[in-house]
Amino acid sequence: MTAQDLDALYQEIILDHYKKPHGKGLREHAGHTAEVHHVNPTCGDEVTLRVHVSDGVVEDVSYDALGCSISQASASVLYDLVVGKSVDEAMAIHQAFLTLMQGKGTVEPDEDVLEDGIAFAGVAKFPARVKCALLSWMAWKDATAQVVAGDGDN
Amino acid sequence: MTLEGLLPELAVIRKDFPILERTLAGGVPLIYLDSANTSQKPQVVIDTMVDHLEHHNANIARAMHQLGAESTEAFEAARDKVAAFIGAPERDEVIFTKNASEALNLVANTLVWPGERQVGPGDEIVITEMEHHSNIVPWQLLTQRTGATLRWFGLTDDGRLDLSTIDELITERTKVVSLTWVSNMLGTINPIAEITRKAHAVGAIVVVDASQAAPQLPIDLSAMPVEERPDLLAFTGHKVVGPTGIGVLWGSRAVLDALPPFLGGGEMIETVRMEGSTYAGIPHKFEAGTPPIVEAIGLGAAVDYLAHIGLDAIHAHEKAITGYALEGLRSVKGLTVLGPLDAAARGGAISFELDGVHPHDIAQVLDSRGIAVRAGHHCAKPAHARFGVQSSTRMSSYLYTEPREIDALVEALEYTRSYFKLDRA
Ligand SMILES: Cc1ncc(COP(=O)(O)O)c(C=O)c1O
Repeated sequence: MTAQDLDALYQEIILDHYKKPHGKGLREHAGHTAEVHHVNPTCGDEVTLRVHVSDGVVEDVSYDALGCSISQASASVLYDLVVGKSVDEAMAIHQAFLTLMQGKGTVEPDEDVLEDGIAFAGVAKFPARVKCALLSWMAWKDATAQVVAGDGDN
Repeated sequence: MTLEGLLPELAVIRKDFPILERTLAGGVPLIYLDSANTSQKPQVVIDTMVDHLEHHNANIARAMHQLGAESTEAFEAARDKVAAFIGAPERDEVIFTKNASEALNLVANTLVWPGERQVGPGDEIVITEMEHHSNIVPWQLLTQRTGATLRWFGLTDDGRLDLSTIDELITERTKVVSLTWVSNMLGTINPIAEITRKAHAVGAIVVVDASQAAPQLPIDLSAMPVEERPDLLAFTGHKVVGPTGIGVLWGSRAVLDALPPFLGGGEMIETVRMEGSTYAGIPHKFEAGTPPIVEAIGLGAAVDYLAHIGLDAIHAHEKAITGYALEGLRSVKGLTVLGPLDAAARGGAISFELDGVHPHDIAQVLDSRGIAVRAGHHCAKPAHARFGVQSSTRMSSYLYTEPREIDALVEALEYTRSYFKLDRA
């Protein structure tokens, strides 16, 4: 990988989210929440993530994460993108992010849907880092599915 | 740059390793500082393996033709070379396995089955908090399967074994003490002789994971007093400039004879009847099936290569490079080395943290400059947890490492700091 690749990977937006993550920290809510803990076994990155849903809307995503700049920044972007959206809309955004990350750098991201998330287009070219970017997103999907199915803490 | 202790023929040695000529994306030359993960291979190992495949390939022991005889001879000659490399009292005590992990699992598995050494409820196994997962998980499996108890040495703040609890840990209940000679994360060199003496005094057997020791410390089992000589010792071929797919378990004849077979199959038997079988003696008892023949032969060439340069000289080189690296790393603002800071008391793997940058990100920036290091938990999660860190970056040198490569690392770490704007709030 070259110096240009490095800059493609570490977009300014990613570094900004890493330095000042949005929504970080675990928050308590009454009713409809689920908490999950996901680990990336190859590198040991970890996230504990809570989702709070009320009337079909993602009211809050709170998290405590240990990991690299990519995994931290992607949790911050996740927070920005899904909080306040309906579960269905949020799932669609999740799908768009997943498609981008699994596209090996061939997918053109839609800024209207993914906003700051488009900065991760460069990450998709680094197979070793895709898992970092997806860690909190996978945790979010898992937790949200649990709340929706009513397995969460009601 | 000359540094006391460096291998005098370093430039020639580097020529032996063709991969060191490689350039990477963007035309940058390779700076390989990941030898504790796997070492690079000299031309002689590559050529020996190719020559065997081109001219002598046949199965061993069971082929009644010239090629079969040549192949068997080469394979058994590799065993002799490995035996010489570690000063094994007997060449038949050298068992070929797939890697160090398999060697350790062989021991931890066979101790579960009925036999003189069978472990049971009430027995204790002692390991340490600085083990590689390969020397933790097999013992957890053993204790779960047998009802025995797993205990361990903790670590001091400077990354050494906390020996203050030795009298409580090693008691007449202890059946096995298994520990690493050199830590792959902290670099610490452990006092194997002292611990072995203590374990033997209570009748326990001692298993040493020499995966990181074999590449850089002279090992002479025959020269050790019996009370201080481990009973079993494992290492892996790919870290001693040999190929992957081959590892070694050395064991004293007395202990190996007392252990039941591990895997069943061809070559490990004396005779087979439908009602039951009898087994071959060591080493074949533990080598079921067609072994990694060409890999073993490659390993033989590898240990010969190292012995030719001399393990004392390699150790001195590693000490010199490690001391130089510790000094360089200390000059980087916000960098903390995990493990002993004294080059004489440690091996050539140095794990560190850099305030404000995650190891992954460090490794990625270093990679863009051609520098290969390892980032993560290095299969030593408990040791990381002990120091309250989730992961670290590790540089590891070997006999081909030059001081200028350490300079490049230090410079690249400075660049990493500026890339992540650490000096700006
Ligand atoms: C101390 C130690 N033990 C065991 C191993 C396992 O070696 P292998 O993966 O070749 O079995 C390693 C290497 O990764 C190691 O550093």
